[in-house]
Amino acid sequence: MNNAETTTSKPEFSAAAQEELETIFSRYPDRRSAMLMVLHLAQREFGYISPGVEELVAEVMERPVTEIHGVVTFYTMYNTKPVGKYHIQLCRNISCWIKNAPGLLEYLKSRLGIDVGQTTSDGKFTLSEVECLAHCENAPTMQINDDIICDLTKEKIDRLIDELK
Amino acid sequence: MKLVSKNFDVPDSHKLAVCEQNGGYTRIRKALEMEPQTIIDEVIAANLRGLGGAGFPAGRKWSFLPKDNPKPRYLVVNADEGEPGTCKDKYIMTNDPHLLLEGIMIASWAINSHTCFIYIRGEYVKQAKILEAAIAEAKAAGYLGDKMFGKDFPLEVVVHRGAGAYICGEETSLLNSLEGKRGWPRLKPPFPAVEGYLACPTIVNNVETISYVPWVIELGGEKFASLGSERNGGMRLYSVSGCVKKPGVYELPLGTNLKDIIFEHAGGLFEGRRLKAVIPGGSSSPVLTPDEIDLPMDFDSLAAAGSMLGSAGIIVLDDTINLVEALAVLARFYAHESCGQCTPCREGTGWMRKILDRIVAEGGRSVDPANLERIAKNIIGNSICPLGEAASLPVIGFAAKFPEEFAEYVARGETAKPSTTAVAAVI
Repeated sequence: MNNAETTTSKPEFSAAAQEELETIFSRYPDRRSAMLMVLHLAQREFGYISPGVEELVAEVMERPVTEIHGVVTFYTMYNTKPVGKYHIQLCRNISCWIKNAPGLLEYLKSRLGIDVGQTTSDGKFTLSEVECLAHCENAPTMQINDDIICDLTKEKIDRLIDELK
Repeated sequence: MKLVSKNFDVPDSHKLAVCEQNGGYTRIRKALEMEPQTIIDEVIAANLRGLGGAGFPAGRKWSFLPKDNPKPRYLVVNADEGEPGTCKDKYIMTNDPHLLLEGIMIASWAINSHTCFIYIRGEYVKQAKILEAAIAEAKAAGYLGDKMFGKDFPLEVVVHRGAGAYICGEETSLLNSLEGKRGWPRLKPPFPAVEGYLACPTIVNNVETISYVPWVIELGGEKFASLGSERNGGMRLYSVSGCVKKPGVYELPLGTNLKDIIFEHAGGLFEGRRLKAVIPGGSSSPVLTPDEIDLPMDFDSLAAAGSMLGSAGIIVLDDTINLVEALAVLARFYAHESCGQCTPCREGTGWMRKILDRIVAEGGRSVDPANLERIAKNIIGNSICPLGEAASLPVIGFAAKFPEEFAEYVARGETAKPSTTAVAAVI
């Protein structure tokens, strides 16, 4: 075993998270059904689902790690790379596209100085494009972490980024 | 007249006390005095259709549950609202979560199920929290949990969050996802009513469908049915987005004229604009031309018009919109969301996307429209779930109904293409 392996600490769920895990498991007739909820919890705990976190989840779920990896990579909401403190996800689907989502994407890119899929050097913002967020009546929309922002304009984007900076 | 949207504008309508002041939980009390089969009969008489998009009669779905299967039965509420242009279930869950819970209670009583999962799309964090709070309130009041209104009928409702996959709105894919797997659709039969969640009999209904159940009980099946059109009972929520003055969610009878929804309820077009196209039932429904929109919005009329009512997500496109680019946006979406299980859909959606992206970027080729149609037709009927069809129908529809828009791109592409002699000279 080399040094890198001995010094890299394996991720562990906090005591609070372990308690939450038990609550999650108690809601399902079988353990495996809790998978998506456990992964949501893991992402909240560790920020993203690293290979180490996949192993931890595999242990908790009592399932093979390959299966966990298969699930993680199927769903778009699980991040397999670190993301910034604020994850900006702009909707690119039809109703938002009609309302100039492409123009706002260009604006976001230049405002943040990054491309889609990148994180600002200060680790604050990650920019992604997503499919329909189901707020079509208030298009264009984007999501910042858990919040959905509607009726987006360049001015609104400026205000939000200034506030979060 | 308003049914499910009746309390949307009431302040604090998501709270139990407010909901009860406005008629909440009166229908479940009435339902608990009724025989389960009587409730199913009322729902059948109501002509309540599956409002997620498939339009299957809800009462008939319930009656498919096997009578002699000893396994537990599950009710799964599909709250994975993801069909582009659709944003209606969000309103129910945000503004009247107790109405959904009341519908769940009545349905659970009718089908004799003691566990309900609400599969909510992962992005609806706010709505998931509202539902959790509503469930806690209902439990504390003795409406849910070990007993339902004092009756020896335990019922647990669990909020289960999805994680970003359009395909999980398809019921069998949703069930695999609920079981902790990749959201791959299953072959049918067996249908979920026979073998669903964990191979147990399962009823999957959309949020809106379940939320109309209390109204079926309040009004009676026959009265409810009479609010809509033939075989399309009651009302529904129409989401209107795109090029209209008042985009929003409107509750109107099934069979309301599409033209009226756009021009009266949604405020019509912006000044000086001309209507170019309407997608009537979410992005998967075949597009309509302006000449085709004078028709009643119900499942059968839309099917007769060669389109579908689907989720009733109406997307309005005016003359400022480039339809080839719009179709490329949709093709990109379906290619992204194809789950990869069936080859015709996985490969076909990818090719349609590539061809449309290239048409937009570089211009078209004369063979493009025929190629697109051929690929689309090779997907239809050759995939396990309806996503393949959903991806193909818009391509076929746009190309057939707006050939002139494609012709412009083809003309541009063919002019830009170097002639074969020029290429030969270069070589």
